[in-house]
This record gives sequence, structure tokens and C-alpha cells, in this order.
Amino acid sequence: MAISDKDVTWVEEPEMTFWEALFVPAIIDGLRTTARHVTGYKSVTQQYPEQRPELPMNYRGVHRLNKDDAGRVKCVACMMCATACPAKCIDIVAAPAPKNEEWAGRDKYPATFVIDELKCIYCGMCEEACPVDAIELTHIYDLVGTSRQDLTYDKEKLLDVFEQTKNSGRDPIRTHMGRLGPASEFESLPPLGPATAVPTGDKAARGVSSGVISS
Amino acid sequence: MNDFISASLVINIVLGAILGGCSYLIYVERRLAAFIQDRVGPNRTGPAGLFQPIADGIKLFIKEDVIPGHVNLFLFILGPSIAVFTTMLAYAVVPFGPPDQIQFTLMGMNLDFRFIIAPQIDIGMVFIFAVGSLAVYGIILGGWASNNKYSMLGSLRASAQVISYEIPLGMSIVGLGILTGSLNLERLVLHQAEQGFWGWNFWAQPVACLIFFVAALAEANRLPFDLSECEQELVGGFHTEYSSMKFALYFLAEYTHVILVSLLTTLLFFGGWQFPLIAEVDSAYTGSALVKVGVLLSKAFCVIILIMFLRWTLPRFRFDQLMGLAWKVLIPLGTANVVMVMTVKHFELPSWWMFPLSLGLVAVVGVLSVPNSKTRYGALGMAGGRTRIAADGVLPPGLGKRIPM
Ligand code: SF4
Ligand code: SF4
Repeated sequence: MAISDKDVTWVEEPEMTFWEALFVPAIIDGLRTTARHVTGYKSVTQQYPEQRPELPMNYRGVHRLNKDDAGRVKCVACMMCATACPAKCIDIVAAPAPKNEEWAGRDKYPATFVIDELKCIYCGMCEEACPVDAIELTHIYDLVGTSRQDLTYDKEKLLDVFEQTKNSGRDPIRTHMGRLGPASEFESLPPLGPATAVPTGDKAARGVSSGVISS
Repeated sequence: MNDFISASLVINIVLGAILGGCSYLIYVERRLAAFIQDRVGPNRTGPAGLFQPIADGIKLFIKEDVIPGHVNLFLFILGPSIAVFTTMLAYAVVPFGPPDQIQFTLMGMNLDFRFIIAPQIDIGMVFIFAVGSLAVYGIILGGWASNNKYSMLGSLRASAQVISYEIPLGMSIVGLGILTGSLNLERLVLHQAEQGFWGWNFWAQPVACLIFFVAALAEANRLPFDLSECEQELVGGFHTEYSSMKFALYFLAEYTHVILVSLLTTLLFFGGWQFPLIAEVDSAYTGSALVKVGVLLSKAFCVIILIMFLRWTLPRFRFDQLMGLAWKVLIPLGTANVVMVMTVKHFELPSWWMFPLSLGLVAVVGVLSVPNSKTRYGALGMAGGRTRIAADGVLPPGLGKRIPM
């Protein structure tokens, strides 16, 4: 759709002055800016393998399955995460908990719990959805494997990740229910409304609830 | 026989120096670009990344050489070969040191070593321009043989550009020819060297120097004139379909051209191997010849650094601006410069007159472009005219004023 004439304004560009028309002084000026980067050289590069990045606390990396106090998998196989997952990459087979001493007080547990880490988009929805804080995203970001199988994480691998990360200090285990995950814990509330000033009359910036067509 | 051996000795030294120099210039350029952009650049291969060019060379050799099925095979291979061949050929008449002859004995043969492959070629500069303009064949053939629209467009642009910039390039050295009475590069350098620092052609011909430098950059297809390979519009330009060593040959040709341009700028305008006190015409201490070679090469290196700085400073020209610069600015300016030199020569004015007169020429260009900048196609078609912005949009300071409608 073409922009209508009344949404467009014409601007007269400023005339060049004599010095600008010569071009050479402007180029020398530019060269001076370039040279300043070389003389006052300060690299912003992080030398990755030696220098590890300082990730924000709400970073979302590889999943883990938490264990409860008795060392059993915390998950109650409610399928909330698999339902919430937009990438449909969680596959759970639920089973009744064995009637023995070890599983006292639990009636359902995941017989298998598989996450395809390649399909996952690391959105954190699963950890938001879990009613018992059983699934959490950790800070592990350097996930490599030589086959698809390597990156399909089953229950054992996910519990392993828990053992690796529980004491790292960067992935605290959330034991209280009801609070949102670290992904949504802001230091301070974000400002309301758009971050940049929007001109009045900009139709695109007007808040419209979905399904409502404005003028 | 002895002549043959000493000639091939010089040729081998020159070729080896150019090839080695090219690979390390790429390293220098990558590091410098990184510094300018606040990055680090290649620093993993060897100490400070010094083995990177070698690794790159090996990589380019053992990479798969893809030749698409739809190309004209003969021309496809001919393209990069011509590109390298012609730029290398130009080095035949470029002196890389003083005109001394060094005699020495090697395995019982008396050899004559000169700092130039083909000494005393009187058409010097004409030869370089003639051979240099052949380089456009490499680009055209490569682009056409690739049988790909983007390559074709890239090579079309390159040919238009190279042909246009030949004219100011030739025009810029006419003045030097008149002043020196020769186009022989050795004679041109000697003429400057005899008059010392203030005899450098730069002082008599600053405008010619500027024109030569700009036009030569455009001939070498370097930024800001690399319209023929601009990634945003043409994928890779004329070398889109090339891979492995054939791509490397095009790259080599470009860098060889850059070295040639900087050597020529040094030789023609900045006194070549002459430098006050340490490398004068009559300095004859032992090793003075080598010092002169060193002076020449370090001057050329400074020009190369300047070229690299320009690359990361200036944005690319638009194609009509590129043509406008050649036809509307450089060619008239070059002609005026020649007239200026002839006038000074005819009235036998002292040669220092040429410096202020050259500045006057530049000032005239500036004065002429100011009223032109109002129309959309100002002197360079750079600024001027009217621009549409969104209504209610914020007007950045310095953009101009609103035109009421
Ligand atoms: S992070 Fe998102 S995509 Fe990945 S498993 Fe959880 S819900 Fe699915
Ligand atoms: S991880 Fe949480 S949400 Fe997913 S099945 Fe287990 S208890 Fe339910």
C-alpha cells in the first residue's frame, strides 16, 4: 500500500557550504575519526574460550529436572509443561508411582521424560507452567553433540544436569510454588508504554486489543 | 646469458615480494580493520595471528574448486588469469629502488643487478596505463562467463567505471610529463630527487596527485569505489561464482593493484626513493642503495595504510555519483590542471607558482559546486534536493527545513 500524500512531508536539504563542497576537508575529518579508534584502541571483543561471558541471572539454557528431598524426581507427570511448550519438544510417559517405601507419598511419576534440545526454542514456558518447580532452565549454554541422539535429553541426563548445576550458585532451586521463574524476575519494573516516544497519530503505535479493528 | 640470469633474478625477487607482500597486506588490513572497529582481528594462528595468511593460503588451495555447470569454461578460467597477469605485467617498468647498478659475482658469473625489471623504458607510464586497462578484461570475462545476472551486472559496472577513470588517470600525469619532459618512471623520480624535498612533484602538482590517487583507487576497484562487487546489491559482484584458488587470484589481483597504486603514487608525486639527508641523489655510503629501497617501500606502505584507512572511513558511492565524480569533476579539473602547467611553463614563471594556483583550482571547484548542491545532482550528486520523511516524524537537527505544501 502506498503511503498517502498527507502522511508525507517534504524536507529541503541544507545547502552545502564551501568547505563541504570541497569534500577533501570532510574526508580528512573522517580519517581523523578513524585514526582515533586506532590510537585509542580499546577492544570490546571477549576472548571466548578463555574468557567466559557473564550471563544475566535470567538466562535460559539447558533444562534440568529437579529432585525432591528424598532424591526422587520432583516431577508429578502432570503434562503441564508438555502442553505449554510451543515447540512441542517435551515427551512424557506418565506411570503410577510404585507402591513401595521409596515412593511413599507420591502417586504419579514420569516413566520417561524426553526433551529434544534441538527443537526447543528456550522460551522458558515449561518452567513457568510447572506447578511443582520440577523443570527449570539452567545457565548451561555450550551445548554440543555429534548426533541428534546426543541432544535428545532423557530423564537420566536431565537429572544429571540437576546434579551439575544445583550448587553452581547461578541456578538456585526454586522451592516455593506460585512465584514466576527467574526469567520474569526483573530488578525493577519496566516502564509502562513504549520505550521511545511515539508521535501522536501513529496508527501502528496505538494500543489495540487483539481482534479489534480500529478506525 | 648473464643478462638473462640477472633479469630472471630481478623478476623472481619482484614476484616473490609481491606475492608475499599481498598475503601479509591482507593480514595487516584485517588487523587494522579490526582495530578501527574496536575488534581484535585474527590473533589465534601463531603469535599475534602472524601465520594467518599462510593458513588462509593453504585453505584456499585445498578447498573444493566449484565450477558451476552453466559457465563458459574457457572464459571462466581465463578471467582470473588475465586479472592477475595484467596487474603483474605493470611491475615490469616500476623501479623499486635507485637507478644504480650493482655488480656482483655469483658462481663465476658477473651479474648486473638493477632495481627494475625493464630499465629505461621511455613509455613507462603509458605502458602501465595500457596494461592496467587490460585488467578490465579479467573482470568482464569473469562476470560474463559466470552466466549469472549478478556477476554480469558487476562486470558491467566495473567496465564502465574503469573506462571512465582511465581518462582522469591519464590526464593527471600529463602535467608531470610536461614538467619532466619524460614519462620514463626512472627519469620522473630522478627529476624530483635532484631537486630535493621541495622538488617533489606533490608541491607542484597537488591537484594532479589527488586526481591520480582517486582515479587509481577507482581503477583498483577499492572502496569507496568497489561498485562492481558491492555485496548488498550484487551478492559478490563479478566473482560470485568463483571459489577456491580462482577467487584467490581475483583477490590477489586486487591487492597487487593496490601495491602498484601506492608505489606509483610514491614514485610520481612523493619523490620515490629520495628522502632528505639519508637518501639523496649523491649519498654514496655503503648500503645507500638498500636504504633508498627501504625509503621507497616505507613511503609506499604509508600510502597503503592510507588506502586502508579510506576504506573504513568512506561509505560506498552511488553509481551515478561515481560517474559524476569522474566526468563532472575529475576530468575538467585534470584538464584545467594541464592548462595551468602549460601556462606556468609558457610564461616561465617560477615553479612555486603552481602550488597556489593548484589550490585556486580546487577552490574554484568548491565555489562551482555550492550553487549546484541545491539541485539534486550537485557537483557530485551528493547532497541537495528534497527528501520525503514521514509526516509527524521528528526532524533530526541539521537535516533541513520543512517545505510547506
Ligand atoms: S523452553 Fe520452551 S520450547 Fe523449550 S521445552 Fe520449555 S516450553 Fe518447550
Ligand atoms: S515437569 Fe512439571 S509441568 Fe512438566 S509434567 Fe512434570 S510436574 Fe508437570
